[in-house]
Amino acid sequence: MKFGVIVFPGSNCDRDIAMVVRDLLQQPTRMVWHEESDLSDLDVIVIPGGFSYGDYLRCGAIARFSPVMQATVKHAEQGKYVLGVCNGFQVLTETGLLPGALIRNRDLHFICDRVPLKVERADLPWTQCYQPGQVISLPIAHGEGCYYADDRTLAELEEHNQILFRYCTTTGEITEDSNPNGSLHNIAGLCNRRGNVVGMMPHPERASDSMLGNTEGLKLFEGLLQGAMATVG
Amino acid sequence: MQTYQARIYVTLRPSVLDPAGTAVESGLRHLGYDNVAHVRIGKYVELTLTAASEAIAREQLDRVCDQLLANPVIENYRFELTELAEASA
Repeated sequence: MKFGVIVFPGSNCDRDIAMVVRDLLQQPTRMVWHEESDLSDLDVIVIPGGFSYGDYLRCGAIARFSPVMQATVKHAEQGKYVLGVCNGFQVLTETGLLPGALIRNRDLHFICDRVPLKVERADLPWTQCYQPGQVISLPIAHGEGCYYADDRTLAELEEHNQILFRYCTTTGEITEDSNPNGSLHNIAGLCNRRGNVVGMMPHPERASDSMLGNTEGLKLFEGLLQGAMATVG
Repeated sequence: MQTYQARIYVTLRPSVLDPAGTAVESGLRHLGYDNVAHVRIGKYVELTLTAASEAIAREQLDRVCDQLLANPVIENYRFELTELAEASA
């Protein structure tokens, strides 16, 4: 399964992603510069965290118009996988591949922490290595991670089970106190209706190497590999 | 062709929380301005553009705002347009 990791000027988690898919999971991986427009060799496109184009105007706003994002939209339309982490999630909402927007954290602070997350569904390749309802812990690091969408969009997301991860207590309760950034419905990660495009604020790539003490993020990438093999086979 | 000065105001939709605005409001109250309320922080953009007519300039500005300057999911925009005295060649 071939991975492409997009590199914008200002991306800073691109090598972390490559470390996971290329080195830990032994998958062919190439870095994709933002000016590239041919991504036809790739199975999975990962948009990493960072500050694409300095996050000028709004996070992800300028990245949206890059050649690589036009190609990513085509890739997604073909049903192929796209993962956006942190700034990548912001880019996906700005691009319109995912609904809603990510705005300033409720308490204004940049938050760098490990937070518990509830896995809301485990029937997608992305989450099939988790148990439904499982509570995992992943790092977050963002200033603009407060998920916002209008009421109608939120209702649609709930109705179509598009919410994959929610901020929760260590015992899995979805409460306002366990919501680090004010995200509506405690949304930490979601997918499009088709399930092939996922955006999430937490960083699974920073919880993949056992040297770092937590490998609960690796399961997301492993699930993707298994799912893809099942589809191919 | 005519050159226009555009002043574009991008504001958060009323339904979107503005924690920065709330913090500023709190700061103003600390300064003693008890009568201040409903602080909302937006963005202001200036630009000039040339167009054959004001109608065309307005139409183009709408596209510019919808596509990039504002995110319609969370923001509204409005703009003022004034004709600059010097016509550009």
